[in-house]
Amino acid sequence: MRVILVLAAKELRDSFRNRVVVAATVLLAALALALGFLGSAPTGTIGASPLAVTVVSLSSLSIFLLPLIALTIAHDSLVGEIERGTMLLLLTYPVARWQAVAGKFLGHLTVLAIATVVGFGVGGAALAWAAETGIEGWPAFAALVGSSVLLGAAFLAVGYLLSAVAAERATAAGLAVAVWLLFVLIYDAALLGLLAAGEGDLVTPGVFRALLLLNPADTYRLLNLTGFEEVRGFSGLLGVAEQAALAPSLLVAVLAAWVAVPLAAAGLVFSRRMI
Amino acid sequence: MTVVADLDDVTVRYGRIEAVRAVSLDLPAGQRLALIGHNGAGKTTLMKLLLGLIRPTRGHVRVLGDDPAGGRHAAALREVGFLPENVAFHEAMTGGEVLRFYARLKRRPAKECAALLERVGLARAAGRRVRTYSKGMRQRLGLAQALLGEPRLLLLDEPTTGLDPDLRAVFYDILRERARTGGAVLLSSHILTELEERTDRIAVMDRGRLVAAGTLDELRRRAGLPVRLRLRVAPGQAAAVAARLNGLGGSVDGNRVILECRWQDKLEALRRVTALGPEVEDVDIEAPGLAAVYARFTSVGEAP
Repeated sequence: MRVILVLAAKELRDSFRNRVVVAATVLLAALALALGFLGSAPTGTIGASPLAVTVVSLSSLSIFLLPLIALTIAHDSLVGEIERGTMLLLLTYPVARWQAVAGKFLGHLTVLAIATVVGFGVGGAALAWAAETGIEGWPAFAALVGSSVLLGAAFLAVGYLLSAVAAERATAAGLAVAVWLLFVLIYDAALLGLLAAGEGDLVTPGVFRALLLLNPADTYRLLNLTGFEEVRGFSGLLGVAEQAALAPSLLVAVLAAWVAVPLAAAGLVFSRRMI
Repeated sequence: MTVVADLDDVTVRYGRIEAVRAVSLDLPAGQRLALIGHNGAGKTTLMKLLLGLIRPTRGHVRVLGDDPAGGRHAAALREVGFLPENVAFHEAMTGGEVLRFYARLKRRPAKECAALLERVGLARAAGRRVRTYSKGMRQRLGLAQALLGEPRLLLLDEPTTGLDPDLRAVFYDILRERARTGGAVLLSSHILTELEERTDRIAVMDRGRLVAAGTLDELRRRAGLPVRLRLRVAPGQAAAVAARLNGLGGSVDGNRVILECRWQDKLEALRRVTALGPEVEDVDIEAPGLAAVYARFTSVGEAP
């Protein structure tokens, strides 16, 4: 455990030094503030909680941004150090291969968690202060922050797997872009096409549920847009929510599996790799 | 004599290429062993075996009694220091930070770092980023991290390549000190002349095989290379002297007589020369250097 913490601390310090933490935090805070203040304009004073509205718009944008940040950080983590030669020296120290993966992952996860919690937190707090809002939107907003960290962790883990598999840094970068496009853009379009083409015959509700869970981004979307009563009304996802009918605890478990399985695979692949 | 690490009939095969073939080698405590051989002869592979980075296809590797690639390798690796060829560090960190990071991984106190930086001559540059370091400074830092925890096994892959003579002397001083205090040192190098005086034993590798191992004297003997004696003789006496030293292959070159004999017959030849009396004014002994020994044991030609 000590080794993992030493590696995580170094990764965190590196990320503070090369401004990754600051950049990601500012980006997420700006996003939360912009969506919060612009997004609450049309609702006016009809009594909708501005935080609940912000959860809808923010989660829709986080789906694009958080995987991008996570993959950007993660794709280089293993293959980059192998290529630069620092991994060779590290592995001659009393560090097992899985510890090297776990330590670096923990460091990067902390980076992502700080950026998300601080970034979204600043945005949420400013919004709540400006609107003098009550308590009603907060649980949904807290869930948004928590699930966003989980979404980031899932794409970090996928990025680590790419980094363990790729022979070169350039390959890892290319794979990261492909994975991002697939999960964030192509998957939903393809799913929609499938639904439209089959007019409901091709895709039964059971298959539809399974297909949504096979994409961490969709699992995250379901969790945030259907998990809370006050959010559901604004999300326009009522139909999907009834079709999907998945408990939040199951969705969280699926996201957790999207962290654990790719990360374990990354550890396994990396253990067998020639350094 | 304690053996710190040993290889027993080790073969490493990458696909169809045999990088190391049936190598057996002991690394005793208190000894500096030089590993020489062409590029690609298997020197780095041998070090990676000792570090547990690769497993032998056949045979056994033991470091401090354990298999370095086995499950309990962590304990053994705390006793091993390694300086890779072309060592790379995290460029954005300062030299001091790099060393403290590696010290934490080896569970060494931070105060050891200050002493090591002093020892390798980096104390004043410790606060600068590695990005600004010269080749020599990087190599100093590399040696400092390899020395963390006074390792019982020190592996250095071409540590002095590209260094100036002063710094090379510093390196060899440190290695001598490590061996004197009971460490086993294995270093590879292409700078053969500096190895002659500064190592205890030499192992020659050729295309994955260990073709010879021993002290320089032992290798000279085994190589069967002649020792050359150059005599300066009184004017006009050269032919007569050469004739009296028949059997030693004396050839005449002006005022000089050049003799050749086997390494083990050197003293006998000298006795005969000194018995000649005042006609011989001076004797130079030319022992074959490591370069000649090396050339005898290794094959020249295409890349393996």
